[in-house]
Amino acid sequence: MDSALATALSIGFHGLAFAMVLYLISVGLSVTMGMMGFINLAHGVFAMAGGYILTGLLDHHRVPFPLALAAAAGAVALASIPIERLLYRRLYGGDELDQVLLTIGLVFMSGAAAQYFFGPDQQPLRLPPGLSGGVKLGFGEFSLYQCLLIAVGAALATGLWLGLERSRFGAQIRAAVDNLRMAQSLGIDTSRLFCLTFALGSGLAGLGGGLGSDLITVVPSYALDNLVYFLIVVAIGGLGSIRGPFLAAVLVGLVDSTGKFLLPQFGAFFIYAMTLGLLLWRPRGLFGRG
Amino acid sequence: MAAARSVRAWLTRRAAPSGRAAALEAFAGRHRYRPLEALPWLAALAAYVVFPGYLPLGAQILATILFALSADLVLGYAGIITLGQAAFFGTGAYTAGLLAAHGWGEPITGLFAAAAAAALVGTLSGLIILRSSGLTQLIQTLVVAAMLAEAANKASAVTGGDDGLQGMQVWPLFGHFAFGLYGRTAFFYCLGVLFLCWLAVRRIVHSAFGRSLTGIRENSGRMHALGAPVIRRQLVAYTISAALAGISGALIAQTSGFVGLDSLGLDRSGTVLIMLIIGGVGRLYGAFIGVPLYMIAQDRFSTVEPVYWYFWIGLLMVLLVVFTRGGVLGLFDRLWRRG
Repeated sequence: MDSALATALSIGFHGLAFAMVLYLISVGLSVTMGMMGFINLAHGVFAMAGGYILTGLLDHHRVPFPLALAAAAGAVALASIPIERLLYRRLYGGDELDQVLLTIGLVFMSGAAAQYFFGPDQQPLRLPPGLSGGVKLGFGEFSLYQCLLIAVGAALATGLWLGLERSRFGAQIRAAVDNLRMAQSLGIDTSRLFCLTFALGSGLAGLGGGLGSDLITVVPSYALDNLVYFLIVVAIGGLGSIRGPFLAAVLVGLVDSTGKFLLPQFGAFFIYAMTLGLLLWRPRGLFGRG
Repeated sequence: MAAARSVRAWLTRRAAPSGRAAALEAFAGRHRYRPLEALPWLAALAAYVVFPGYLPLGAQILATILFALSADLVLGYAGIITLGQAAFFGTGAYTAGLLAAHGWGEPITGLFAAAAAAALVGTLSGLIILRSSGLTQLIQTLVVAAMLAEAANKASAVTGGDDGLQGMQVWPLFGHFAFGLYGRTAFFYCLGVLFLCWLAVRRIVHSAFGRSLTGIRENSGRMHALGAPVIRRQLVAYTISAALAGISGALIAQTSGFVGLDSLGLDRSGTVLIMLIIGGVGRLYGAFIGVPLYMIAQDRFSTVEPVYWYFWIGLLMVLLVVFTRGGVLGLFDRLWRRG
């Protein structure tokens, strides 16, 4: 009985850690897609960039972990601004097919570029000694790193939610998601708002990609391999919400971890089946707006 | 550009038209065969004579044109943006492959089986994805393909998993023409199947059914209001497209004697869109231009730098979206209009 409980806890713990990574990466995607109606398949590129920056800084330059994390998020956020200004902005409200093609093109380019600079191999995550151990909690030993993931994810989720509910910037984002034209008529500079939101979302993806580089391996095909997972979280959560992607990420993380542990012969099959079922039941996701 | 105009008039065998009567005539005569339409087939036959060493590549190109044609039917005519067309390609490939690996290597019946299996998957998934639209629909097409890929990956006892399906024994075509090393049979086999499928698609596109699909693509709300059964029409188009994609997958499986997991992959769904965009969407001939351009360029460049091929193709995509619309055929259209 105890061992069954310990197994369940371990699965849940692992699933939650994975869920936090998924949430950090997908929340920006959900908000930007909800706000601009833009089909962005290249969001994983920013997460991958975060992964490469973090593992590179830790591995070659011995940068302290928190600093490397901040650098990954900051660099990705900054780099995303010119991409938004030069490429994405042209296609807001445009043809969906063009958006798909542009972002797939970016995915292909990023994969080849990553291969050119870093080679085809997986980037190892060299954790600082303080983080690589385990911690004994009640029923068993849990990885300290996964504890950190869950703590950071939960903290950021709370922070984002508060920021969106309480701050002026958050109110503007909510207004733009709800009714873009009305927000514009009220004098909100939506172009600037788009750019800042996009940078914030990309920075969070960079952070998630960096933090999660132990769970989602950093390889050149990262953006293509994990595209389905990020989009699933967004679709199940519903576009343009903060709460939706969080619950969706927890659901996907737990189901994925349970399925892969108990029925490894089915792999990710259950996640896909669950997604199809959920979207059949609620086409706009669990928390999507009508 | 007067020369170009007169060439065009000659090609369409009509005097340079003007006004309403001409528009009517163009509309009524749009289904007639024009001499220009023989061009792809003449080019294919010429390629057979000029490049006898490249027949296996030629067969692959012909089969992939069919795949792009199937995507054009969904994307360009039914207006469904799909990232899961590989689901049907792979279903067809694995169906034909499994038949040939388990003692039934007759190619033509293999094609029919592949088409039926892919059409079944198309109908079932169409019933799900056609209930939604936009981003949700796109994600659903992606998920269906990912689900099948994962199934094929995990059922390695049947499909060979990561190593791919091996041991296919494809019998000679019509009991006479063996699929030899030089790909002569494969080339003509693919050419013949593509030709028949093209005739069918051309007929569908120009039929009343095809016109209503175009109407749905342009304004589905208005087609609803006109009383057209929108979902049912789209489902039929989606199923036909799936069957064509399945035939294409079966062609490649039979002519190469191998089926891998990549036949169900996202790469394939993405690149077929790219090939189609390069040629031009919703034009029936985009596939005939985009696929050869893409695959010949890939064959040339990837021998030098296989890895970085995707970088250049990605850059091309970005530039195409930013600077041009409508692919190569769209470019010609604009040149003509300017002239």
